[in-house]
Amino acid sequence: MMIMDGNGNGEGKVYVGNINVSARKARKLLMSDLKLGKLVDWGTAFSLWPIHLTTSCCGCEFAAAWSPRYDNEQHGALPWIGPRQTNLIIIEGTVTKKMACAVRIVWEQMPQPKFAIAMGACALDGGIFYNSYNIVRPWQIVPVDVYIPGCPPRPESVAKSIIMLQKKIREKQVASKFIEEGWRPDKEYVIPKEDLCSWWRG
Amino acid sequence: MSGIIRTQGAQVGFNDLKLPGMWSRKIGKDLYEIFIGPQHPGSGHMRIVIRVDGDVIVEADPDMGYVHRTMEKLSEVRTWIKGIPLFERMAIHDACNVTLPYVRAVEKLMDIEAPERAKYLRVLLCEINRIAAFLYGFGIFGVFLGHSTMYMWPFGDREVWVELAEWLTGARLTHSYPVFGGVRRDVPAGFTDALRKAIRYMRKRLEDYRKIFVDNPVIRARLEGVGVIPKNLAIELGITGPNLRASGVKYDVRLNHPYEVYDQLDFEIPVFQEGDAYARVWQRVEEIKQSLNILEQVADWLDKHPRTPILHDKFWKTAPPLYKKIFEETGRAKLGAVYAIMKVPAGKAYERAETARGEISYYVESNGGNKPYRIRIHSASARNALVYKYIVPGHRVMDLPAIYGSIDYFPPEADR
Amino acid sequence: MSPEELVERIKSLLGEFVKDVKIWKNDYIEVEVDKENIEEVAKRMKEFGFDHVKDLTVVDYMKEGFFRIIYNLGSYDNFELSYYIVGIAYNIPRDKPVTKTLYYTYTSADFQEREAYEAFGIIFEGHPDLRPVLLSPPVAELKPLRKDFVVKEDPEIITKKK
Repeated sequence: MMIMDGNGNGEGKVYVGNINVSARKARKLLMSDLKLGKLVDWGTAFSLWPIHLTTSCCGCEFAAAWSPRYDNEQHGALPWIGPRQTNLIIIEGTVTKKMACAVRIVWEQMPQPKFAIAMGACALDGGIFYNSYNIVRPWQIVPVDVYIPGCPPRPESVAKSIIMLQKKIREKQVASKFIEEGWRPDKEYVIPKEDLCSWWRG
Repeated sequence: MSGIIRTQGAQVGFNDLKLPGMWSRKIGKDLYEIFIGPQHPGSGHMRIVIRVDGDVIVEADPDMGYVHRTMEKLSEVRTWIKGIPLFERMAIHDACNVTLPYVRAVEKLMDIEAPERAKYLRVLLCEINRIAAFLYGFGIFGVFLGHSTMYMWPFGDREVWVELAEWLTGARLTHSYPVFGGVRRDVPAGFTDALRKAIRYMRKRLEDYRKIFVDNPVIRARLEGVGVIPKNLAIELGITGPNLRASGVKYDVRLNHPYEVYDQLDFEIPVFQEGDAYARVWQRVEEIKQSLNILEQVADWLDKHPRTPILHDKFWKTAPPLYKKIFEETGRAKLGAVYAIMKVPAGKAYERAETARGEISYYVESNGGNKPYRIRIHSASARNALVYKYIVPGHRVMDLPAIYGSIDYFPPEADR
Repeated sequence: MSPEELVERIKSLLGEFVKDVKIWKNDYIEVEVDKENIEEVAKRMKEFGFDHVKDLTVVDYMKEGFFRIIYNLGSYDNFELSYYIVGIAYNIPRDKPVTKTLYYTYTSADFQEREAYEAFGIIFEGHPDLRPVLLSPPVAELKPLRKDFVVKEDPEIITKKK
């Protein structure tokens, strides 16, 4: 912030105000006085961009959900390539121990506020592979907003889950509260108990 | 800055989590190691570690196992019948083809054979699955090459076949249709007419695919002469399926080791000599045409023959009268309790089948108990994975998606 | 060619290397050989026409105390042979699971030997790149497909809730 008095006395000098104070004031102005929060929630709800990370075989139905017949693009969601341009992760089915590392890395790269949908019985609690030695439960690695049951869930349920998430964002004002408070008050942030990438050879 | 994650009450830095990022690293002069995947559009759950000199790949190391769900081990602690839905998860869009050899291997051990009608029904669903799986492969290939139309069209047309399979079995993808001694359901009324309509539609659409995708100059430029697998190398590496036949080897399990009623049906095995990515695309188009021919013959057979039991007598004779009544009214064969307590005589059996991606083989060993002693599965994609190690070096990085897509690699099937 | 004919031809081809032959269900032939001769046997089988390894199976006989390694060979080029699968089997002791690689005869066994290495801990001497292929190293250390690694099937998972 540059401050100059009316006579131009401050010319040549640059004063930087307290950025935190200014930001807090701006936030108050936008969120409380101008009620911009609703706009943020509305905008976030209709720009859910799932990351193109297929963890398991439910990816077949995930792909079909964006195919011409089910056309989830109409809900304002389109799978995208780079994690840094996305805000939604759909975990399709089983997450193996090897994959958990990749899921977490992708999750860390995504900008806030971000959401997670767990798709399929395996993503709920292991499903048919519940006693396998090589899988982890998705809720151990990312905070999950919506679960979709089914093995595999139909593409319609994927659409339904996205609508449910939109509803949640708008009713609980998730996105605007994130901007106001700096974190999501409705969701505990998950930090994996064990080191997921310990096997990494890099 | 960007690594700071705020949690309730505490701040955790990115470095505190000790998570490595994706990077490329220098391993020699002009030599870099690049990690491709497992988060990648289309590649799904597989990583290929490549070493590049400039733009040319000098070494590729496929790093598989991101979907390894330990099916072989889990099958050892589950009863025989539970193996069917378990193995189906390898390739859920090709479910019938993938589970059929397991069912047949167990039938072999029990010395039973499915009734003829059940065999035709199995072939029916196998070919429906095969076409759907090829279309799925085309869609993924379209994503790889940035050809969005080729994603939209096959996925739209695939719904036709998925719908038929759903009508026949009740599930979109995970059918669990073949069971020991037969199949679960007979065809519903009006099914064959819908099937013929779908065949006519598909033949028309294949011509559209040729116009927009296969003969597209951009696609040809990217695929022709890329990823050539010479015939002798294809045999040496043991690659399988359409990829093998595109390299000039006439090998198809349906021809070389006929199962079910494939020896009574009239179809050809298309073979291409070029062995490049473009030939593999054509190979799949031709195989869809042959599958359509098979389906036509199966539809004719089903029309001509009346409804007879679709489960082997060993299982069907103990069925209660209610089950038989349901079968006569609706064509659904409910599975009796005999499946849950089933024991399989001791012995070994080896069975294979031609899935959409190639040959899948099951080694089944029983010690006479109600659970398998050892089941070893080697799927088509697992065998095709060798291509990345031995064929990819020498190509440019931009050729990698073209090769990957043309191999039609499906990680869950490879990792089991 | 009937399976009996094929067995005769394999016997005359391998001579004294053959310890035992079994025909399972008419199309699967299991030939038992000794660990020492496996490389020579593989070479002769390849010249005979079995040009690739379809599948490398390892079976753990825990009570008897040995691993049985089975190279299931198939043929692409020869139509008659392609009907059959020939399993070249040999046993190695469970407490000292070391054997020779067939990588230099059959390239198609490359990843499968790595798989056997990670799942059973069998060391294939001479394999140029013996690392786990499917599992991450900490899981591979458990040697999960051995019979003494027990996975529990939990029947209570359904009845646990009241």
